[in-house]
Amino acid sequence: MMRNPYRTQNIAFFFLFLATLLIVVPVGLIVVIIIQKGLPAINWQFLSDIPRQGMRSGGIFPAIVGTLYLVTGAIVFALPIGLLAAVYLSEYSRDNALNRIIKLAIVNLAGVSSVVYGLFGLALFVVFFKLGASIISGSLTLGIMILPLIITASREALESVPHSFREVSLSLGASKWQTIRHIVLPNAIPGILTGTILGLGRAAGETAPILFTVAAFYLPQLPKSALDQAMALPYHLYVISTQVPNVDEKVRYGTALVLLTLVLVMNLVAIIIRYKFRKRKKW
Amino acid sequence: MVIFGIKNLNIWFGLIQALKNVSMDIQSNEILSVIGPSNSGKTTFLRMLNRLNDLMPNFRMGGEVKLDKKNIKEIDVELLRKMVGMVFALPLPLPLSIFDNVAYGIRMHGARNTKLLKERVESVLREAYLWEEVKDRLSSSAFKLSGGQQQRLCIARTLAVEPEVILFDEPCSGLDPISTAKIEDAMIKLKQKYTIVLVTNNVKQAARVGDRTAFFLGGELIELDKTDKIFTAPDDSRTDDYIRGKFG
Repeated sequence: MMRNPYRTQNIAFFFLFLATLLIVVPVGLIVVIIIQKGLPAINWQFLSDIPRQGMRSGGIFPAIVGTLYLVTGAIVFALPIGLLAAVYLSEYSRDNALNRIIKLAIVNLAGVSSVVYGLFGLALFVVFFKLGASIISGSLTLGIMILPLIITASREALESVPHSFREVSLSLGASKWQTIRHIVLPNAIPGILTGTILGLGRAAGETAPILFTVAAFYLPQLPKSALDQAMALPYHLYVISTQVPNVDEKVRYGTALVLLTLVLVMNLVAIIIRYKFRKRKKW
Repeated sequence: MVIFGIKNLNIWFGLIQALKNVSMDIQSNEILSVIGPSNSGKTTFLRMLNRLNDLMPNFRMGGEVKLDKKNIKEIDVELLRKMVGMVFALPLPLPLSIFDNVAYGIRMHGARNTKLLKERVESVLREAYLWEEVKDRLSSSAFKLSGGQQQRLCIARTLAVEPEVILFDEPCSGLDPISTAKIEDAMIKLKQKYTIVLVTNNVKQAARVGDRTAFFLGGELIELDKTDKIFTAPDDSRTDDYIRGKFG
C-alpha cells in the first residue's frame, strides 16, 4: 500500500493545532471562571471601601492602592537602573570576562524564584537597612526582581536599532554619547517600554517578594508614608483564600478579577505601545 | 597640495591582514577612484581615513595616516570625522525628517541658531541637487524619498558639517543609471570645493569621474596613476586584466 503524504501531513497538522489549542484553553478557562464568579462582587463599594468584618465584607480599596504604590515604587527604582545598565552592556562594554559574568548573572537573576527575592529583601532592606516592613522595602524588592526583565528587554531593544544608524551618526562627527542619546535611545523606546510594562505586570501579581517586606495581613486604612506597611492585592487574595474562614466565594473571585484586570490592562498597554511604534517604524 | 599622506599602512582584523604596506598621497580637490575586486581592501582603506575601522572588533593598524600633515590618531576623532565625511554604499537616511537629517550633524556640533540652520540646510541641499525636489516637504520623513533622492540627501547631510574630504563607498551600487548619473554630476561639481575618494565596483564609473585611479588587489596597492593612463596603458598586467574584466 502506498503511503499518502497528504494524510501524514494532515495528521501532523492536527497534532500541532491540538498542542496550540491546549495552550489557549486553560488561559481562556481561567479568565472565564474568574469573571463568572467574580463579577457579581464588583461594585463601587467593593472597589472603594476598606475591608470590614474580618475581611468578609466591605471592599479592597487599601489593597488596590497598596499594589499601585508598590508597582510605582518598583518602576521608579528599576527603570533608571535597568536602562542605564542595558545601555552600558549593549553600547559600551567590551567582550571580556567581567562583562560576560555580569551578563550571566542577569540571566540567572531572572531565573531565581520569587520567594528568594522575598527573603533577600527581608534580610537587606527590612533588617540590614532598618527600613522595616514598609512600602519602600517592598518596592525595592520588587524592583530587584524585575530588573533582569527590564535589562534584557532594553538590551534587545537597543541592539535591534540598526548598526548602520550608529555608523552614520558617528561618521558625521557625533560623539558616541550623542549617537546613543539622539539615534539609538529614541528608536529603542518602544521595546524598552514594552519590557518595562511586562515587568510591572509581574511585580503587581507576585506574592512572595512582598510577603516579608511590606504586606500587611489586615490594615483597614491607607498607608501614610513610604515607611508604612500596606495591603496588596496578591497577598490579600492569599489571606482571604487560606487564612480567614468563611469568606464568601465571590469576594475571593472578585479580588482575583481586580488583580487579573490590573495585570491584563498593563499588558494591553504594552501591546498598544508596541503596535503604535511598529507602525511608525520606517526601516 | 597633499591632503592625506599615507605611509606603510598595514591593517589587520584579528589574524587576517586586510591592507599590506599601502603608501600613497591624496591630493586636495581631486577625485581619487579606488577600484579592485571584493576583499581587495578598498573599503578598509576608505574606512581608515575617517577611522570607522576603529569600531570593528580586533582592529589593529601599523604605519601612519596624516591629514594636513597631522597624524589622524592625534586628531580628536569627532573632529576628524567632521573633516572627513562619508557617504555609504546604501542610502542610509536616519529615521528623521528630511530637514532633521541634513541638520543632524550641524546640531551635533552645537549649532542652535534656527535661521542659520535653515540657510545651511538649503544651501547643501542645493549643492546635492536635491533642493528643488524636496523644498516643499522638508518636514516629511526621509524614508519617503526614492533611493536616488535618499542618496543625494546623504550627500547633503555629509556636506552640512563642512568637511574637507568626502569618502564615497560604492555610492551608486543600489541605484538606477539616471540616479547614478545625477550623483556623478554632483561629485564632479563638488571637487571644486572638496577632495573626493570614491570606492567603486563599477570600473566605468571610475573612468568617468576619477582624476586618478588606484587599483587594489589582495590588500595591496597595485597601481596608482592618472585615470587615463590606468585605463589605456597600465604598468601592471593585473590592472589591465581587472579593467578588461578578466577576473574579479
